[in-house]
Amino acid sequence: MKYFKLLISFALTIGIFYVLNTKLGAIPPLGKFLNPNSGIWQNETDESLTGEINVHGLTDKVTVHYDELIIPHVFAQNEQDLYKAQGYLTAKHRLWQLEFQTHAAAGRLSEIFGERALNYDRTERRRGMGFGADQVMKYMEDHDPKTLSFVQSYADGVNAYIDQLDPKDYPVEYKLLDYQPEAWTAKKTALLLMYMTKMLAGYDDDLEYTNMLRIVGEENFNLLFPDFFDVTDPVIPKETDWSFIDVPQTELPASQAVLDTIAETIEKPHPDNGSNNWAVSGAKSETGNPILANDPHLGLKLPAIWFVMQLSTPDHNAFGATIPGALGVISGFNQYIAWGETNATRDVIDWYKIEFNEDRTKYKYDGQWKDVSVRIEDIKIKGQESYKDSVLYTHHGPVVYDKNFKSDNERSGYAMRWIGHDGGNNQKTFLELNKAKNYEDYVSALQYWNAPAQNFVFASTEGDIALWIQGKFPNKWEGQGKFLMDGSNPENDWQSYIPQKFNAHTKNPERGFVSSANQHPVDENYPYFVFNDGYETYRNRVINTFFNAKDKFSVQDFKDLHNNNLNLKAKELLPYMFIHMDITSLSEDEIEIYEEIRAWNFNNDIDEVGPSIWRQWYGKLYKMLWDEFDVEDMALTSPYTYQTIYLLKNHGHHEFMDIVATKNTTETAKDLFLLAFKEAAKRLQEIKEEEGDYTWSNYKGTYAGHLLQALPAFSRFDIPIGGDRNIVNATSEDHGPSWRMIVEMTSPPTALGIYPGGQSGNPGSKYYDNFIDDWAAGKYHSLNFLQSNEATSAIIGTQTLIPASND
Amino acid sequence: MTKNIINFIATIILGVVLSLFLPWWSVMTAALATSLFIPLKKAAVFFVPFLAILFFWAVYCFMLSSANDFTLAKKISQLLQIGGNPYLLILITGVIGGLAAGIAAVFGKQVVAISKGR
Repeated sequence: MKYFKLLISFALTIGIFYVLNTKLGAIPPLGKFLNPNSGIWQNETDESLTGEINVHGLTDKVTVHYDELIIPHVFAQNEQDLYKAQGYLTAKHRLWQLEFQTHAAAGRLSEIFGERALNYDRTERRRGMGFGADQVMKYMEDHDPKTLSFVQSYADGVNAYIDQLDPKDYPVEYKLLDYQPEAWTAKKTALLLMYMTKMLAGYDDDLEYTNMLRIVGEENFNLLFPDFFDVTDPVIPKETDWSFIDVPQTELPASQAVLDTIAETIEKPHPDNGSNNWAVSGAKSETGNPILANDPHLGLKLPAIWFVMQLSTPDHNAFGATIPGALGVISGFNQYIAWGETNATRDVIDWYKIEFNEDRTKYKYDGQWKDVSVRIEDIKIKGQESYKDSVLYTHHGPVVYDKNFKSDNERSGYAMRWIGHDGGNNQKTFLELNKAKNYEDYVSALQYWNAPAQNFVFASTEGDIALWIQGKFPNKWEGQGKFLMDGSNPENDWQSYIPQKFNAHTKNPERGFVSSANQHPVDENYPYFVFNDGYETYRNRVINTFFNAKDKFSVQDFKDLHNNNLNLKAKELLPYMFIHMDITSLSEDEIEIYEEIRAWNFNNDIDEVGPSIWRQWYGKLYKMLWDEFDVEDMALTSPYTYQTIYLLKNHGHHEFMDIVATKNTTETAKDLFLLAFKEAAKRLQEIKEEEGDYTWSNYKGTYAGHLLQALPAFSRFDIPIGGDRNIVNATSEDHGPSWRMIVEMTSPPTALGIYPGGQSGNPGSKYYDNFIDDWAAGKYHSLNFLQSNEATSAIIGTQTLIPASND
Repeated sequence: MTKNIINFIATIILGVVLSLFLPWWSVMTAALATSLFIPLKKAAVFFVPFLAILFFWAVYCFMLSSANDFTLAKKISQLLQIGGNPYLLILITGVIGGLAAGIAAVFGKQVVAISKGR
């Protein structure tokens, strides 16, 4: 009996130890997770903003002043120390995010989450994210050891922080998921840059277009997806003279698209990723100083995408938004210039059909067999054996789709040609921009930038404004890469690149302002092939109309424009629908909703109901109109909003207007307006019953989700902010202005900035999400641009990083 | 009665000291040790170390969390779906520690019983 009791109590002891020490499903190991000595209670901390810290590898002291937003103002004696300090401080405030993003970039999430992330990881591996990062590293090793040494300094800084951590200090997410941070490497910076490239230059519809072309034929395809819409208000003004360009567009070969049927394509970046930027010249500014603004629209995430810092050495002094993992300021200013980016979408992904030999070791090219190279992707999976995926590479790039992935054809596959695999030197562009003093320095900094192509806006204290569309662009033949191409025909390869100096740009244009909002880069007069690859058509027109409307602009005007909620697409379609829709059959309830939207002034403000009705109505209308493309077994796409509205207004009797499912009737645009309205009204009444009302802020429910699939406890919901996609205030449910900056080019510049988040990555810090309310209200923080290493009254704490003696 | 109090205090002190070197199961070790050297009887075998560690963990949690306005505790309480109440999370944390300690102490008691029986 005694032994029995002993045995039982021993088993119980082991049992409780096991249960509390092991992650069971989604439940963290509760003993580890909750104990006050090393569990989450240790993350209930205030920020440490004072004192001295020993950091290995520094050559000199680095002073870090924190202001009340806990923006670090970093004063280092040289660049090596500066980037070491940037790495150290980024890790200090954002360690988990820093590492998690590069795990996501590399396709390593299965290591954390287990098998459920395998499909994601395989997609990223097959997209060649690791391959691309290797090319970035190789480029820096071969051509730019100096930049590489800074990237290494950053890595040393991150590691200096990680090395001094005790497990109790690990960010709470590590404790939740029960894993540990690993050492940071220079390659992780390359992976982060690839992540940006994927997010911003990873979108294409070539395979969907191929299916569409086969189904609807060329004439209809061109009607649905024209190269240019009937209105264009391009980034580079229409009146630009291109006569200086003396390298012609690649000549058109007799090439045919390969009309394969593609069932399924890989996941794409979110189409709401976009941005605005603009600058006015001194002549157009009320104070006589140029003013510049930037607001990148990205996923609203917590911890926030951006981390604001001032980074200075005796030779330069930069301030602005950084991205954890990349060196220097990405969107910001220094004493002389200000800069910001918007995405310059261009078709830099093309797809080639590959024909293999019997054992898939060779592929057909130019009438011969060429060797395939194999990259074995070893995907580690938590609690399981690794998964090995052999990805075949051709000279085009990785064969993403083959018999092992989303395809069942033994002898063929689709290879991806992506500029992201070309190994640019993006990091150098940022480092040089941080130090640039004038227009020439800015232009020279841009030349290293390959992808994602960006509209780099510029203003200087000297009074210049400019905008360059910078990226490495293939000089394509007319129509090249819109559809799947035959990979064995050399004529289909990218033949050359547009010389960098011929990239579209404008400096001090006559109209007195420059702007970009992801619209068409140029009009038809630009001598190279550019087709509509998902260009924005609304924000750009609102912005340009705004700047054409009067002579002088102030910082207040810039704020107003950031927060402008005009819904131009609603304004362009609703009045037409009001005129042409027959409302005699509407019920009383429906009439009420109809009157509500008729009374709307087309502004997506939070208290309006109009935006919600519009969203429902247009959403139903769009679905009804393009019902023929809503199929399960084939990858299709449907036309962009602008062209959809154009067709509704100008081709109301086209065969596409007909609803396929109704066999006996042939609907026209007019019928669709009514049918869609009735469906929308029904849904709106349901929403009203469920939630009380459908005012815009309620309906939209903007939220900033934690990087772990918007884990509710660490996310912020129901943020009261207006706007929507295609509106200058581009805040949809989970995308929006992730950083708003306005810089007036006084000497030194005066700047405002804010982002939806907070400087701390710790959900237990009051600085985790403390900017969100002000951001939603359209407010800004003034950025304390320190001119010397002396704490001003704005500084609440100073920390000194001291070179640690090598023991 | 006094033995109970001595065990209670000793378990807390040992728990605090061991937690400086050992992971979370330091509290199990502490309770095991005190049950070997300060043996108790009947229900006290379990409940004294249970209450001791519950007290230690709950007080320590409260100190850490109240200094930061319970910011994280509220979120973790929401995460574990216990209603966002930080005090409930503190109590649960204490109970978990206490449970582990109490069970370890029961095991210790059986070890003592065996060795005495020889």
